[in-house]
Formats: sequence, structure tokens, C-alpha cells
Amino acid sequence: MAIFVDSSTKVIYQGLTGSQGSFYGQRNAEYGTQVVAGTHPKKAGTEVNGVPIYATVAEAVKETGATASCIFIPAPGVKDAVMEAAEGGVEFIVVITEGVPAHDEAWFYNKLQRDFPNVQLLGPNCPGIISPGKCNIGITAGEIAKEPSEGGPNVGIVSRSGTLTYQALYELKLKDIGVSTCVGIGGDPVPGTTFIDCIERFEADPETQAIMMIGEIGGSAEEEAADYIKANVSKPVVSYVAGVTAPPGKKMGHAGAIVSGGKGTAAAKREALEAAGVKVGNNPTEAGALMVEVVDGLR
Amino acid sequence: MDLLEYQGKQFFARYGIPVSDGEAVTTVDDAVAVADRIGYPVVVKAQVHVGGRGKAGGVKLADDADAVREHAGNILGLDIKGHIVRTIWIEVASDIAEEYYASFTLDRSAKKHLGMLSAEGGVEIETVAEENPDAIAKIWIDPVDGLSEADARDWVERANLNPDATEGAVDILRKLYTAYTEGDADLTEINPLILKPTGEVHALDAKVTLDGNSTFRHEDYAEYEQTQVRDEREEDAHSKGLQYVGLDGYVGVIANGAGLAMSTVDIVNQVGGKPANFLDIGGGANAEVMAGALEVINNDPKVKAIFINIFGGITKGDEVANGIVTALERVDIDAPIVIRIDGTNADEGRAILAEHESDSLISKPTMVEAAETVVALAKERGGQ
Repeated sequence: MAIFVDSSTKVIYQGLTGSQGSFYGQRNAEYGTQVVAGTHPKKAGTEVNGVPIYATVAEAVKETGATASCIFIPAPGVKDAVMEAAEGGVEFIVVITEGVPAHDEAWFYNKLQRDFPNVQLLGPNCPGIISPGKCNIGITAGEIAKEPSEGGPNVGIVSRSGTLTYQALYELKLKDIGVSTCVGIGGDPVPGTTFIDCIERFEADPETQAIMMIGEIGGSAEEEAADYIKANVSKPVVSYVAGVTAPPGKKMGHAGAIVSGGKGTAAAKREALEAAGVKVGNNPTEAGALMVEVVDGLR
Repeated sequence: MDLLEYQGKQFFARYGIPVSDGEAVTTVDDAVAVADRIGYPVVVKAQVHVGGRGKAGGVKLADDADAVREHAGNILGLDIKGHIVRTIWIEVASDIAEEYYASFTLDRSAKKHLGMLSAEGGVEIETVAEENPDAIAKIWIDPVDGLSEADARDWVERANLNPDATEGAVDILRKLYTAYTEGDADLTEINPLILKPTGEVHALDAKVTLDGNSTFRHEDYAEYEQTQVRDEREEDAHSKGLQYVGLDGYVGVIANGAGLAMSTVDIVNQVGGKPANFLDIGGGANAEVMAGALEVINNDPKVKAIFINIFGGITKGDEVANGIVTALERVDIDAPIVIRIDGTNADEGRAILAEHESDSLISKPTMVEAAETVVALAKERGGQ
């Protein structure tokens, strides 16, 4: 088991013909992901690293039975690409692209909710998702993720930050802890998949025994996750929130990462998480060490 | 991107929102010429990216040319919370019967647009929200549906504005929503939105923040870039396309990804050091980008040591290592550099660095070790 994607997931790459798309598409395929198709309106019938290119997502789905799509299209085309994927019959859409306008994100999030309620969107501006040993969609370096061990204990990871997601995978691998699925939800204002979406599935996933959640300053997603954990989650949760020392009013890179009006601080998020019984580390390494304690207690 | 008031008003005017006639000027003589043209009385308003202009003496009413000359002379060059006034906006003074508040922004929790309207305008909305939250009428708008006239009318009625303002408010709010969505704004705010004694509703102020990610479909937004306020380091970084935030310490920080950069700043603090900056070189960073980042850090005289923290996803370790080597050939870097590389092509990256390793180029395997090393080096070199 894993959440969202596993070894049966067949993936289309929208943007496979571009430099980033072809690089990561090939890496994902080498990892073992079923990379079954790419799309490009003018390059149908050609191949990229042996993967066939179709004109549209709908055609690619028809020919390959793909259920997921990974979007590497530049920001101006993302809105149309997301809708093309949903209309083409894909159930899981991963948008790696950064720099998508917030109004586009808000629009396609709500449009999907309404017209394609069964479609799960991940991103934009996210590193993707990896179920180690089964499927890797996006830009995560697969070799830094340890496969889940039979019978566990294994950890499910959900993170708002790309590089901190890799950091978490790496910390756990150093400690010889397996990962069921690692989801990078991205740092944009309107993420398609939330902490809660992932935590709910990890709680239900028999392969996952503990959950690691990596947050950052800005917004209230961590606080909402804390409320959810308190009410619904029995599995142990370890967390780290980046930006403890970030000055208020300054955007720290991510569109979402800003402390404004005293809200969205790392301290407030930490407090909310600790009140929900979550163990919170001061840095990624400390969070890794806390997870080792948790996992040792589960063995 | 935050717009100055006059830019915000020009932005509103494009969407048909009534604003006062006026012009932005940079000299006293031009101020008088504008006032003579638009007619007295006029208001002379400082154009700065900071609130509290009125209290600082940056907004003055003038009945005649002499008064304009006096106020414009005083306001130009005025220091408002560290912002020097270079531009003033001269506009026709308005008679005010009532002052309201109106805004649109994104509610990230609800994932819908949030409109806020209050009969208590002219004061900080945060104060109203704290002291009398019921005085703010809110509406959540699905971006797919937009704001219908019926919904806007219902919203205005809930806000308990003067009934004379209803028609004008409905019209302005719908236009303000269009400006917010079509203009790709993170925020459009009118405070105060006024009702004139003659019954018209009018935007007396304009606060607009535009989404920097939308410039590909708004070529004209490039001009707003010119008026953004940044410190010199931030200006330098911005011109190189880097995400940089200046801080007060002595350890230069370069990392890939906002989260890792934040985490690097945190860990430098946690091991007893003080970061000089936040710098995210982003995804897809190549040798050119890394060289630029090192140049930006090197230009900050307070930096005593540099911490490069890279975890490879889109940014590949060998590209980063090549970038550092290229930058070292190109720029004379004074401060020692401590590097931690992991992830995609990390081994290749470390191998490239190993050929160049020295007292001033040190590679460490973990974030904590790298942080401790860089902070110790910075302190040895006088960082405090």
C-alpha cells in the first residue's frame, strides 16, 4: 500500500518534450515509474527517450490507460494543461511548474472541485510525489528515499517545501527508516492537495505507522492540520516548521511564506501542533531524530 | 508588487472605478501647475510604500497656489518611516459625507476570493476586525462564478451602508472585483471608499498589490518594477533574478528552495550565528545563477563567511559545484565558503569540489556540521 500512487500508476508527462520534462521524465522512468506517454500538440507520433508522444491527454489516456499526469508546462500554459488533463480522464494531476499566477490556481482548483470532484490535484509549485520502490512522479531524487519495510514501521511524509521534502527523506534514510509515500504539496497560496488530504490517507494506510509533516511560515494550513490531527489521527506525528527566525512582512521566497499581522508565525504553528500531541523539531535533523524515537517505540 | 497610491488610482481608473482627478509630480513647480489645472482646493499626498502618511505630515489640504507650494516643498524629501518621499500626488479635494472600507483578497483557507466591506472606513481594517468584527460584511466568491450583481447587492445591504450609497457601491465593488481578477491582484483595497454629499460613491485611496507571477500577461506591469523599494543588496539580487531578503547578520546564506533557505537561516541562528540574508537560488539553478548569488553575497561587507546549502532536485549537484568553481574564477570572494551538497548528482558535485577544496572552501556532509563550521569561521573573522 501507499497513498495516491503505486506501482500500477501509469503516468503521462505534459511537457515531456521540454528540457526539464524530458530530464525528469527519464529519471522517473529509470526509477521504475510507468512513464507511458508524453503530450505535445505538434509532435504527436514522435518519441522522447522511447516514450510515445500524443497530441492530447485524451488520446494518450485512450491509448495507454494512464491514470495520472505530471505537468512540466511553463506557467502561462498551466491553467489549460490542468483542465486538459482533467477533461482527458486523468484522476491524479501533479503540477511541478512554479510561478503560476494565484488567480489561475484559485480558478482551476475550484473548477476541478465542481466539475471533476474525483480528480486529485497536487501542486502547483511542488516537487511531486514518491511511493518509494513503486512510483516517483516529479523531481525528487529517488535514490534518497528508502523503500518501506515489510511490516513497518514506515513513515508517510507530507511537506510544503520541495528541498525540505528531500531533506526529510534523506534524514529518514540515514536512520534506516522506510517511507510509504512522500507528498510534496508545494508552497503556493492555493495548493491542490493539503496537509489534511494526506494525513487523512496516511491514517487509513496500513503501510504507514507514523507521519512526518513539514510546514513553513505563512497561512494557516499547519494550524488547520493540527486541529484535524487532534480530532482524527491516532498515528504519531512528528513535525518541523521552517522560518522560525523569519522577520515579519518579508516574503521568504514562496508566495505563501510570509508572516503578516502577527499571523502565520512558526511559533504559533508549533504551539498548535504541540497542543495536538505532535512532536516538533527545531530543524530537519532534530525532527529526524524525533522520528527515530517514535519509530523505535513502534518496533 | 505593491503599487503607490497614484499607480493604484490609475489602475482603478482603467476598470472604470471613479477616482479623483490628479497627477503625480516630483517638483514643487509641477505641483503648482497641476493644482492650477485641476482647480482648488487640492490635496497634496506623499507617495510612499508605507502606511501612516497622514500622521507623518505627508497628506495636506491646500486652498491656493501658495499653500501647494508650501506643502509640496515640505513633503518632497520628507522621511516617512525610512521612506524618502520622491513623488507626490496632487488631486482635487473631495467633500466627504461618509467613509467606508472595501477590499478583495484571496482567502487561502477557503480557497475562495474574500470581499470585505465595512461602514467603518478610514481607519485600519485590522482595528475594526479586532474591536468590532461584526462591522465587516464578508463575502466568499468562487472564482469560477465571479461576483454577480445580486450577490454584490446583498453584500452591500449586509454592510449597512447609507442607502444612498447602495447603487454606487454595487457598481464600484463589481468593478473592483474585475480589477482584482483581470488585473491579477493579490489585493485591491479602497480605504476610504467615500459617499459624497452629492450622492456619488468614490475611491479616495487605492491600495493594490499585484501578483509578480502574472507579468507574462501584463507587459505594462514592468513600469511598476521601477518604483519597488529594495535595499541595495535586494536590488542587486533582484536584477539577477534571485529571491533575496536582507537580514542583519554576518553569515551569508545561499540555498535552493524557499523552505531549505528558511531552514538554513533558522539553523545558523540555532547554532549561535546570525544570518546576513535569505537567498533562494530556486529550481533549475545553473552555474550562472550560482555565480550571481555569490556575487550578491560578496558585495555585502558584513558577510564574514558563506554557507551554501544545496539539496538536489531540479538543481543538480554537479551544476552547483561548477557554478561555485566558475564564480570563484570570476569573482574574488573574500569570505570562506562552507558547502553542503546532497541529492541529485551530489557525488559528482562533491568530486568537482574536492579538486578545489582549501581553507576557504570547505565541504561538510550535514546541515548541522556545516552550520557550526561556518558560524565558527565567521566569528573568527570578526562576525558579531
